[in-house]
Amino acid sequence: MSSEESLKKLYQIAEDIYEDLVRGEIPKMKLAARNRSNIVFDSRYGVWKYGDSKITRSAKKLDGAYMLLRTLYVMEFIKEMIRDKKSSTLREMYYISEGWGLAKFHTQDESNKLAEDLEVITGYLREDFKLRPEEDGASVIGNITVEEINRKGKPMRINCRDDVGDSGYLIPYNVEKDKLKFVDVDADFVIGIETGGMFDRLVENGFDEKARAILVHIKGQPARSTRRLLKRMNEELGLPVVIFTDGDPWSFRIFASVAYGAIKTAHISEYLTTPTAEFVGITTSDILNYDLPTDKLNDRDIAALQSELKDPRFQTPFWTEEIKLMLKIKKKAEQQSLAKYGLDYVTDTYLPEKLTELGVMS
Amino acid sequence: MGVAHRIARKQREISVAEFFEKNKQILGFDSLTKALVVSVKEAVDNSLDACEEAEILPDIYVEIQNISKDEYRIIVEDNGPGIIRRNIPLVFGKLLYGSRFHAIRQSRGQQGIGISAVVLYGQLTTGKPARIISKIKEEEVAYELLLTIDTKKNEPRVIKEIPKIWDREQGTRIEINIRARYVRGKQSVYEYLQQTAIVNPHAQITFVEPDGKKTIFKRATDKLPPPPREIKPHPHGIELGELLNMARNTKTYRLTSFLTTEFSRVSPKIAEEICKKAYLYGEMRPQELSIDEAKRLLEAFQKVKLMAPPTDCLSPIGDNLIKKGLKNVLGSLRPSFYAQPITRAPKVYNGNPFVVEVGLVYGGELPKDQPVKILRFANRVPLLYQQGACVTTKAISNVDWRRYGLEQRGGQGIPVGPAIILIHVASTRIPFTSEAKEAIADVPEIREEIELALKSLGRQLRLYNVKKERKSKMTEKFFLVNKLLPEIARKSAEIVEKPIPPLEPVISKIMNVVWIDEKVEKEENKIKVNVRVANFTPKHHKFVLYGDYPLGNLVDTDGIAEEDYVKWDVDIKPISYKHFYFVLEDADKYGETNYYVEDISPNIVIGAEPLPGDWNIKLSEIEEIVEEEEMDEDIEEEFEVIDDE
Ligand SMILES: Nc1ncnc2c1ncn2[C@@H]1O[C@H](COP(=O)(O)OP(=O)(O)OP(=O)(O)O)[C@@H](O)[C@H]1O
Ligand SMILES: [Mg+2]
Repeated sequence: MSSEESLKKLYQIAEDIYEDLVRGEIPKMKLAARNRSNIVFDSRYGVWKYGDSKITRSAKKLDGAYMLLRTLYVMEFIKEMIRDKKSSTLREMYYISEGWGLAKFHTQDESNKLAEDLEVITGYLREDFKLRPEEDGASVIGNITVEEINRKGKPMRINCRDDVGDSGYLIPYNVEKDKLKFVDVDADFVIGIETGGMFDRLVENGFDEKARAILVHIKGQPARSTRRLLKRMNEELGLPVVIFTDGDPWSFRIFASVAYGAIKTAHISEYLTTPTAEFVGITTSDILNYDLPTDKLNDRDIAALQSELKDPRFQTPFWTEEIKLMLKIKKKAEQQSLAKYGLDYVTDTYLPEKLTELGVMS
Repeated sequence: MGVAHRIARKQREISVAEFFEKNKQILGFDSLTKALVVSVKEAVDNSLDACEEAEILPDIYVEIQNISKDEYRIIVEDNGPGIIRRNIPLVFGKLLYGSRFHAIRQSRGQQGIGISAVVLYGQLTTGKPARIISKIKEEEVAYELLLTIDTKKNEPRVIKEIPKIWDREQGTRIEINIRARYVRGKQSVYEYLQQTAIVNPHAQITFVEPDGKKTIFKRATDKLPPPPREIKPHPHGIELGELLNMARNTKTYRLTSFLTTEFSRVSPKIAEEICKKAYLYGEMRPQELSIDEAKRLLEAFQKVKLMAPPTDCLSPIGDNLIKKGLKNVLGSLRPSFYAQPITRAPKVYNGNPFVVEVGLVYGGELPKDQPVKILRFANRVPLLYQQGACVTTKAISNVDWRRYGLEQRGGQGIPVGPAIILIHVASTRIPFTSEAKEAIADVPEIREEIELALKSLGRQLRLYNVKKERKSKMTEKFFLVNKLLPEIARKSAEIVEKPIPPLEPVISKIMNVVWIDEKVEKEENKIKVNVRVANFTPKHHKFVLYGDYPLGNLVDTDGIAEEDYVKWDVDIKPISYKHFYFVLEDADKYGETNYYVEDISPNIVIGAEPLPGDWNIKLSEIEEIVEEEEMDEDIEEEFEVIDDE
């Protein structure tokens, strides 16, 4: 994938718009519908991707007209970046649009969404357009040695256990091979952890060494780079990946985006998704079996669970059972509620029990 | 004198006072506040009836004075024909005396109790006589009478009668003291007069309240309603007592000729048929009809096919005058939509012709979270009480208003929303639920007519809302084609390094409407209204544009000034603008002008309605188009996007 080629694709959009106008047609773009009803299982990769249903963004409507105009401006912007060998964050693009008159973005959400739209239309990644997200600080601790190309273009070796501080190795936004290589690893599995508090607990308890694990703090909904890294570790290093989150409907979605694919990025699911990833917990059954301290589900939680029941990605016996059970007991629990039984309980008892059950630890 | 006679006499003697006591409720004097409204109503109804019959534009003055704590004086003065001297005592001092008692025609008064009941009520509660002044055109002087009712004999007792110089050419003034309580707001004299003004746009009503506050309900039209015509009873609407009464008093000699002359829609052939079916000789004297025979006759009436009674004796208010009346009286609420009122074709229930009219006002400052306000009228008289028992309320509750854009729990009951619904039932005989004439009985034929009329109002309301939405969408599109599209063209041309293409064809595809809007400039006491017509279609259009402006004097325009509207012949090329204007003077409150178009498909016009004449045809046409348009909208992401990144 080269920047020149992706630019050509964008140029094609401008040409189509111009041609439409010359022919007296209302200019428009077609792109895959990005909603729950348009994701289908792709058995080739074992991930969920967009189906065939398309939406049209035409200049007949305000939204569509804005999108077309912004696309033209973004295109010009990308052209300049490629020429000057620069890149910008999505947030920077949002600020730069201040000078674009009517095409200015009103929220960063709009600019992020447009970047995704362009990916969906062209089949290129936003990185190919020299657009990148902000670093989001997800980090890794464990016995794995990587080689990262630094700003000066020099390779830099880092062991994620010995060469890092307490916060671990920060995952860069580009984790492709040209930027990041795996040199060596001595571990049995990778564990993605939702919250910072639990990540710190596992670090302090030395779980990485005790359990021969690579700890990845995925920071809530994991960024693309985090998911890509998990996938690479799984595929290239042959390490099983497990995900450890809170026990609530939103955490279920975190797991789904790692293992099945996220709805917003279903066009690149095959790059980002680790279909063999397993969910450790907290499951609804854990809440009952370990008698964990809980909170009541609120209305939004309940709506989220109900929507998950209709989500094609959750149509497995395990998930429908877990979701229905949570709807029944109307309770959720945090990862850290395990501290009820002491600070070491999670590393000495809970995780070993659960991971053995999954066959990841013995 | 025999005992029987004495008893009979005594019965008569106690009858009037007792009659009143017994029937206080029925007559509407059951509470102090209501007594006041009813008293004013009886007097004003009579004034309106009298003026209408004499074909005079009514000018009615109503004043209420507070005499002492619970005592009020009501004064009602009209410019009607007056009452001849000899009849004054009978009209005001004898119950069941009236000119309409046996007449079959549309009028407010029906029973001949109304005003004398007020006199009696005043006399019983304050002990004071009524003061009447009346003058007819033919006489030099007016007569002023002080009178009471002899409750023993049901006869008027004139206390004083003096000829008097009166500055009126003709008219009647009454002053009656009654025990009462004065209120404002719901079910008040004010409300009664306000509603009276709505359905009697030809009347001018001045009202002075006890604190001196004066309100004038100005007349909205100089056109008098046609005087109601008297018709003969229809056999299907007659009852046994009435039939016997008629038979006894007829001047005809044979049953057949009684039937043909005293009833409507009975031909000699049908009269024979009726007699045959009743097993009666056509030659018999009607005066000798026995109760049994009369019953057979009634049954026979139902067995023959008869033409419906004539309906041209009714005088509906008419759609345009209802609209005018509503605007005139409710204009200060600035409603955003006046539906075109519906006057249904006359129909018949039990041999009585009736006609239903409805109107609807929506939006503006009307409360959004309250049940809609219902204005009920029978023969142009407001009905303020017993709303729940009225056929009008039942009809409203039966209609599913949710589909028309009002809230309604479960699709029945009184809907909630910023609307006022007006319902008028006119008939030669209104089927009231009681003598107090407060609610119309639930007659299926009448209810059905009201429901049908309401539904067509509902469709208008929905259409209005659809159009309003369409208009606001169009405002967006205006911005789109004027600002965004040229930018898209410029930028894409820049990128592909080619000249900027012409945009007209795309603009007409996106808009495809003729757009009409106005801009108002205020200068001193003048208002200049600039009208803009934009043709965003690929076609050349020629059509007529009407501007129905609010009250005020038209002083200048580049169009053709008609009686109370302006008219322009518009000839407009594709993708172009035309500008027009008119100037109004003394228009204190400028509400929106209503624009109408003719000779152009209303489907492509935004900002103007089809001319009301062919309202109904085009209404359905537009509805189809509107629905069609919604179909081809882009398919949008209608599902929730799970935000999981
Ligand atoms: N202001 C008036 N000007 C002229 N005639 C009047 C006036 N008021 C009353 N009348 C006459 O007096 C009659 C009696 O009036 P009254 O109100 O008692 O009965 P009504 O109007 O016929 O019936 P209802 O009992 O239904 O009101 C009327 O029918 C009318 O002929
Ligand atoms: Mg009367």
